Amino acid sequence: MAEPDAALGGPRPPSNTESMSPRGWRLAIVLVLGLVFSAGPLLFSSYWVGLLTQMVILAILAMSLDILLGYTGLPSLGHAAFFGVAAYAVGVLATVHGAGFWTCVAGGLLVGTLLSAVLGLIVSHVRDVYFLMITLALGMVLWGLSFRWIPVTGGDNGISDIPTLAAHSGLPFAGPLALYYVTLLVFIACAGVMALIVKSPFGLTLRGIRENEGRMKSLGFNTWLHCYLSYVIAGAFASVAGVAWAYYNGFVSPTYLDLTASSELFLMVTLGGPATLVGPVLGATAIVLLKNVMSAYTARWLLVLGIVYIVTILVAPKGVWNLGPSGRSR
Amino acid sequence: MKKLQCVVVAALLVAGVLLQGQTVEGPIRIGFLVPLSGPYAQNGRDILNGFLLLLDEIGYRAGGREIQLLAEDTEGIPAVALTKARKLVESDGVHLMAGGLLSSTGYALAPYIDSMQIPMVYPVVSADDLTQRRGSKWIVRTGYTGSQPNHPFGDYAYHTLGYRTIATIALDYSFGWESVGGFQRTFEEAGGRVTQQMWTPVSVHDFAPYLAQISRNVDAVYALFLGRATLQFMRQYEEYGLKDRIPLIGAGTTTDEHALPFMGDEALGVITALHYSAALDSPANRAFVSAYRARYNKLASYYAESMYSGGKWVIAAIEALDGQVDDREVLLNALRAARLTDLPRGSVELDAYGNPIENVYVRRVDRVNGELQNTVIDTFPRVSQFWNYNPAEYLAQPLYAR
Repeated sequence: MAEPDAALGGPRPPSNTESMSPRGWRLAIVLVLGLVFSAGPLLFSSYWVGLLTQMVILAILAMSLDILLGYTGLPSLGHAAFFGVAAYAVGVLATVHGAGFWTCVAGGLLVGTLLSAVLGLIVSHVRDVYFLMITLALGMVLWGLSFRWIPVTGGDNGISDIPTLAAHSGLPFAGPLALYYVTLLVFIACAGVMALIVKSPFGLTLRGIRENEGRMKSLGFNTWLHCYLSYVIAGAFASVAGVAWAYYNGFVSPTYLDLTASSELFLMVTLGGPATLVGPVLGATAIVLLKNVMSAYTARWLLVLGIVYIVTILVAPKGVWNLGPSGRSR
Repeated sequence: MKKLQCVVVAALLVAGVLLQGQTVEGPIRIGFLVPLSGPYAQNGRDILNGFLLLLDEIGYRAGGREIQLLAEDTEGIPAVALTKARKLVESDGVHLMAGGLLSSTGYALAPYIDSMQIPMVYPVVSADDLTQRRGSKWIVRTGYTGSQPNHPFGDYAYHTLGYRTIATIALDYSFGWESVGGFQRTFEEAGGRVTQQMWTPVSVHDFAPYLAQISRNVDAVYALFLGRATLQFMRQYEEYGLKDRIPLIGAGTTTDEHALPFMGDEALGVITALHYSAALDSPANRAFVSAYRARYNKLASYYAESMYSGGKWVIAAIEALDGQVDDREVLLNALRAARLTDLPRGSVELDAYGNPIENVYVRRVDRVNGELQNTVIDTFPRVSQFWNYNPAEYLAQPLYAR
């Protein structure tokens, strides 16, 4: 991830070695994704609309991790915690306290963001593998809490019977299609804000820290504060995804924030292409698709998935989004 | 390379379009959900094996129609189970579903099952409230509730085994709480006392800290474990010299046949209660156990029996309707009305809440012909999930918890 970002104005070597330029490849990805996400639900059955909803929510989550992992260079292995905690907040508020829709949404976002603001104070001091380990540990602590704080979280059983989005928000349209398009709007809003953030001077500073923190420090930047804010922003967007996920599934369980969830998220970003924002969307889409399509055909789907991961890392070490002559020659 | 990528993308899109165009007519489709990967894969595999054995026996036909089984892997993760349920119902158009292993999955699926109005058979999920305080019209449980075999067993421990004080150690989740809760209730109502309770995480790796704490003054220790944990617990219980000093009793899974063949002498003499034992001496069970062994080369666990019997339940309902299962309400009523007398575990019928009334067997681990088995030493006939209590009064009390 230590290369200038070509999509955002970095130097791009001329590409004349192969028939399809990286620009063409990327255009194709964006077109296909755009087409599937906008018109797909109208053609597919409700099951596929459900999968698309999953993809869109996980795409928000993967993009939020990308701010941290791709742009700031802070590898977090506990990012699913904010997602899960926000979902738990919605679950507890909606079922135990019978709160209204906006209270649940605000509560979920607030709890997730506040948590990242508190944990950020601890983790922003460390870098690289230490960051990885401390986020892993904090993620496990929160998972343990969700599992053992039984009066609040219901333990292993989790919290079910969260009302549907339509029933809870008073939305005039019910059903999976309405849920999908609402989620898509949230996704577009989040993606827009995140794109603005990474293109802003603040975002450029984050990339500077990723490239060479010592130099940024000597230029007078408060790198600790930048890393801290990056962590909180990532936590806030993860909370958005968590709230959406709670309404999509209608229940919350400790598996939302376990290590498997965090590492799958990590894979989505790495496979798609870190520091690109579109890459994580692609990664989330591909992994949801692969998991659900593969497992329908073979009991050995985990094996297939593993092979796909390895091949992708070998063929496209900088992610599928960066696949192409420039992506590989750099 | 680029062309290949385009082809892959195109193929995935085409597959997506093709997959959703399947029709609902033709064979009877049964959707099946169990963990086939992850830590509960072995138990899930047993459940599936039981069903496959039954389907083979009837040649995948019932009520004059072909039976098609669509098995999906839940990974033991509730969210994945829900996604797979959505696929089975909304994409594959199944007539009914069966399966589930963990309580968490059971609770996560229940609202969806209700909203889609699809008949669902739970052969193993034992969370009490699924057929009690949070019962669902569309869920038919053919297994048991966690507390069901433990109500009579608490009574048995006091009156027949003669214990007065007991320490419990169990996995810290709803299956553990409900089993221990049921045991404690009847044991203490009889006059005994549970003097010590310990809960271990589901991911427990070492029992040393717990075994060191166990009071040496109790008459017996009640343990609830399964899978790898139960193997480890049994071995360490002996290593700590407790086996010779304090008798061990427990829930059925602690000595269930999914783990029993991997145990040694440390398991001998342990007394547990469950609605099934592979050593049950009835013609139906002998036939099932030997057919299962012939096909899979292993001892039938209660998980295997659960879906062999759950499958018989489904087939009985289909036969009763002559294969006309397209009306879900009618199919549900047929499932609820089914009454099976020749299951390996014995005769079973459903109560008004959708939970079986069935025998509970008290079993002792013995070595017979070199193999460990759960010898049935006593039988409580026709035990309901409410034991001898009045259902209304029972339901007015809170669910068993820590």
